[in-house]
Amino acid sequence: MSTISEERLDSGHGGAPSGFKLGMLLNDTRYRSYTFQFIALVLLILSISYLVSNLIANLEEAGLNISWAFLAEPAGYDINQRPIEYDSQSTHARASIVGAINTLIVAFLACVTATILGVVAGVLRLSNNWIVARLMSVYVEAFRNVPVLIWILIIFLAMSNAFPQPRAFRGEAPDAEMWLGLFAFTNRGVYAPSFINGAGSTIFWIVCVLSIVGVFAYRRYAKKLLYDTGRLLPMGWPSLAILIVPPVLAFFLLGSPVSLETPELRGFNFQGGVHLRLSLIALWFALAIYTGAFIAENVRAGIMAISKGQTEAAGALGLRPGRIMNLVILPQALRVIIPPLISQYLNITKNSSLAIAVGYMDITGTLGGITLNQTGRAIEAILLLMLFYLLVSLAISAIMNVYNNSVKLKER
Amino acid sequence: MKKSVILGALTVAGMAAGAASAATLDDVQARGTLNCGVTTGVPGFAEPDADGVWQGFDVAVCRAVAAAVLGDPTAVEFVPTTGKTRFTALASGEIDMLARNTTWTFSRDVDLKFEFTGVNYYDGQGFMVPADLGVTSAADLDGATVCIQTGTTTELNLADFFRSNNISYEPVPIETGSEAVQLFLAGSCDVYTTDRSALAAQRANFPTPSDYIVLPEVVSKEPLGPLVRHGDNDWGDIVRWTLNALITAEELGVTSENIEELAAGTDNPEVNRLLGSEGTLGEMLGLDGQWAMRAIMAEGNYGEIFDNNIGEATNIGLARGLNAQWTDGGLLYSPPFR
Repeated sequence: MSTISEERLDSGHGGAPSGFKLGMLLNDTRYRSYTFQFIALVLLILSISYLVSNLIANLEEAGLNISWAFLAEPAGYDINQRPIEYDSQSTHARASIVGAINTLIVAFLACVTATILGVVAGVLRLSNNWIVARLMSVYVEAFRNVPVLIWILIIFLAMSNAFPQPRAFRGEAPDAEMWLGLFAFTNRGVYAPSFINGAGSTIFWIVCVLSIVGVFAYRRYAKKLLYDTGRLLPMGWPSLAILIVPPVLAFFLLGSPVSLETPELRGFNFQGGVHLRLSLIALWFALAIYTGAFIAENVRAGIMAISKGQTEAAGALGLRPGRIMNLVILPQALRVIIPPLISQYLNITKNSSLAIAVGYMDITGTLGGITLNQTGRAIEAILLLMLFYLLVSLAISAIMNVYNNSVKLKER
Repeated sequence: MKKSVILGALTVAGMAAGAASAATLDDVQARGTLNCGVTTGVPGFAEPDADGVWQGFDVAVCRAVAAAVLGDPTAVEFVPTTGKTRFTALASGEIDMLARNTTWTFSRDVDLKFEFTGVNYYDGQGFMVPADLGVTSAADLDGATVCIQTGTTTELNLADFFRSNNISYEPVPIETGSEAVQLFLAGSCDVYTTDRSALAAQRANFPTPSDYIVLPEVVSKEPLGPLVRHGDNDWGDIVRWTLNALITAEELGVTSENIEELAAGTDNPEVNRLLGSEGTLGEMLGLDGQWAMRAIMAEGNYGEIFDNNIGEATNIGLARGLNAQWTDGGLLYSPPFR
């Protein structure tokens, strides 16, 4: 009796490869999950191939086909915001690229602004000041719980009705005046001065870039000195000096190579300078404020994940609250904040496709809007759109994950 | 995982159902309603009234077809479409026909595989500006900001017009007409451009229409008409000849008032053929003999529909112009009913 049972035990324990039976695919927990996943995969492939073959059959029946030739044909329509050379005789492909760049522009602006807003609001929501903390709660709750499309439209309509028309700036006693004589806030957007580069301007811009690099180098050096020797160099005024003094010197030494072109009212609109269109501003602000509220919650969660003992310990060492936040709490909180922050950046990029609501010509407006409509190539255009958003999302995700790896908890 | 399999199966079933829609007439009769694509709202052409009932010049075409096919002018499911969604809605079978001031162009007819069944309004693109802007001609619009509905032929005409006149402009693309009008009224754009009929229609709804003028230039030909999918010629014939019946009825003096009297039989053989008291035209379409009579009774003949919805007596106030009968110097010319 005993020998038989021992044999059984043996074969049940160690002899998995030799004693494999087909039934174990269902009965054995080691294989069951693989079995089901495999079945699901096969079903998925079958249904997708059915859908695709159905699509092809339907297209054929309707006499349509899949063709990418439309991309090389003239687009025929104009786009107002053109980061690269484009006119109505350019191809649909070029129009798509203009749209893609416009998408990236608004996504980048919104990501930066949302991060700043989110970190500030997240930190302030934990402030000991009752009013500040409550105000931030109101901001976060109000913006998180109203759809972003509504915010885009609210900002767009509010601005188009609140700001004066360009012609209000006309005449002897105009109804509206330019701010500082430089900026014109109109219901078509903001007209700002732009730089005119004269002789020697390249050197001036190089000096500007170098001084920004210099600020970072100085702060890095100061930090290293602090960690190595414990000596704390002043941060504020030297940074400011490095940032401002060399460009100012260069500016006068080179004989004012760069001048400002202020927008001027000519004809129907302001001419000259930079034109930030209302649609861009509305989309940018709405995305930034909306996503900023989500980031604020991520930041708050990150900070709250750090034990209160850390604050108290830092306080016991005599650090001031601002420094505790910057040197002790935020660096540790980053590893909680970054992963959800990546999804927020992805959300901003994807939500920028709501641009059509305010007529901002992003890639959904050009390739997925006008091009699709004029050529009728819906399937091709949508496939390209999917590919674009997929690539951008994966790229953002990859870059942010590299950063995440550099700040996450390192176990040695 | 289970969920997504179920969803997949549903999608498959949905697409299979969409595929089997060759005989639109059978589908419409089996369903009991006509799915008709219209605009999201252009006064006079297609707009729900205070009671939520769709009214207008394009809507009347839908009702006439429903009356001819189903015997009931109210058996119409109106599907509001934007400039962007209209063709997909038609191609996918979501709607049986589109009556939505859509311009008949070569590429839509040939490349998009649609079939235009005629023209119910001969239009042209125009420009509207505030009167106090001091502009009297479109050639003075250099540098202007122009509000425009995206995904329309007007967008292409606009680009061509400014390019050929060598002047610049700033396009403000807008998804729907009502939104564009709002921006135009707020002064976010100097000019609003679309078909002149729609300009007139929207201007009529402004608080003070006289503050705005429509510039004299007509920069394009915009023949607007109903369209159906390519490939179902029987259904195309029904929509085409329903529209022709409305036009012919005006030409022959058949109105919604005298139609019952005329249906009994007249000494004009074409009227008799149209109203079914002679010949078998209705049977040829796969309908009965009274199809055209019902279509005309729905909202009247072409002239009555025009006068009631967009004519000079309405606040839209469009003159017949090009849309008069050929006998009156216009372009309306229906092939004969024989």
